[in-house]
Amino acid sequence: MIKSLKARGNKLAEIKNQLKILNSSPFNGELPTFKEKLEQLNDFPMKPTNIEIFQINVGYMCNQVCKHCHVDAGPDRKEVMTKDYLQKCLDILEKTKIHTVDLTGGAPEMNPHFRWFVEEATKIGVQEIIVRSNLTIIRANKKYHDLPEFFKKHNVHVVSSLPYYQAGKTDAQRGDGVFKSSIEALQSLNELGYGVPDSGLQLDLVYNPTGAFLPGDQAQLEMEFKQNLKKDFGIEFNSLFTITNIPISRYLDYLVASDNYEEYMYKLVTAFNPGAVKGVMCRNTISVDWDGFMYDCDFNQMLDMKVAAPSSQHINDFDIIALSKRNILVNQHCYGCTAGAGSSCQGTVA
Amino acid sequence: MEKTYYDPKDLKKFGQIAEFEPQLAEKFFDWYGAVFKEGALTQREKSLIALAVSHAVQCPYCIDAYTEDAMQKGANEAMMMEAVHVASAIRGGASMVHGVQMMNKAKKLSM
Repeated sequence: MIKSLKARGNKLAEIKNQLKILNSSPFNGELPTFKEKLEQLNDFPMKPTNIEIFQINVGYMCNQVCKHCHVDAGPDRKEVMTKDYLQKCLDILEKTKIHTVDLTGGAPEMNPHFRWFVEEATKIGVQEIIVRSNLTIIRANKKYHDLPEFFKKHNVHVVSSLPYYQAGKTDAQRGDGVFKSSIEALQSLNELGYGVPDSGLQLDLVYNPTGAFLPGDQAQLEMEFKQNLKKDFGIEFNSLFTITNIPISRYLDYLVASDNYEEYMYKLVTAFNPGAVKGVMCRNTISVDWDGFMYDCDFNQMLDMKVAAPSSQHINDFDIIALSKRNILVNQHCYGCTAGAGSSCQGTVA
Repeated sequence: MEKTYYDPKDLKKFGQIAEFEPQLAEKFFDWYGAVFKEGALTQREKSLIALAVSHAVQCPYCIDAYTEDAMQKGANEAMMMEAVHVASAIRGGASMVHGVQMMNKAKKLSM
């Protein structure tokens, strides 16, 4: 298993080095920066709408080390949200109209307080609880084997990455043996009704391109995934979300190392879709890191671009009015969310 | 600097052919776009046909463009290589079938 950039001492583990790349060629005159692109549309600075989704990154620890991971997650990452901060998040959810909590990581299930948090979120009546599960965690260790039952008990909406319906491409991106383990986990979720029509148990898959190219048509890929997973493994799921790989962290490292970076940025800029700008997820989402700081999205979190609301950058100072007045922070990585049909944690946006 | 006839950067300049003759270029790109829209064939089937033809006409720009396009549309390596084999089979077969002509001529010239 490869290690995180941080464990390897890779220079891109340092945010300043990622930003240096994002702010240099081809964005020094050759291509417009994202800010310039928004200015052309008279949409700079970007403003948020109502906060509807509270996306909590409960820790960077993960049992996998995917090549494209924007979090640089892995078994060697020790950043984990404390119970106190999770309680603070619950307090915020209870006193606001935020209807969805979206748990991500790392592998969110590896946070020792994960189950407690889901139970408490259910008690206070959070409308929708999403867990971004990598699937293999369910098979990784005996203590996680009953996660499907736990998810069902709390009607958790499961969203899982599966970049292809065959082993080769999946394992190339996510690690040896991941496909087989993911299939087993999907089958165990299906057995409980997840992904089965009319069960009310939502199981969605996420498709990320397994290389330096953009995702294809979401509906077409969904149809193909459904046909092949059903035929080969008897697996059912609800929707496929196509998500564009964002050029930060390990994916940026891959792009640079494979000499694909400039070409990829050209592709993103060429595919810029003004129609996608309105629906980007930073409009209605707040991302929280393991240490309680808030960001416009999980990608900005990884670039340490805290929300531009000086009085409300931490959950201890959560102020929905101040957050609603903030400007959304952007950089060249934002082109990833506006290319083609757009991209968000819920798939396409345009 | 190495000078070659083909420069990968030129692919991005394809649209610039309009500079010398805009009206025909506009018609060409409109038609080109329409050809690749979903129709009786899926977009991916069209992309794989384009990839095969790219090999038959040995166009490096087209090979780069349609390899990526096919991958984007969910094609895997086996599908793309089968498409190349189809192109190669037709190219090889086109030579081979002329062997009949050669045989006809040879037989005619022979006693």
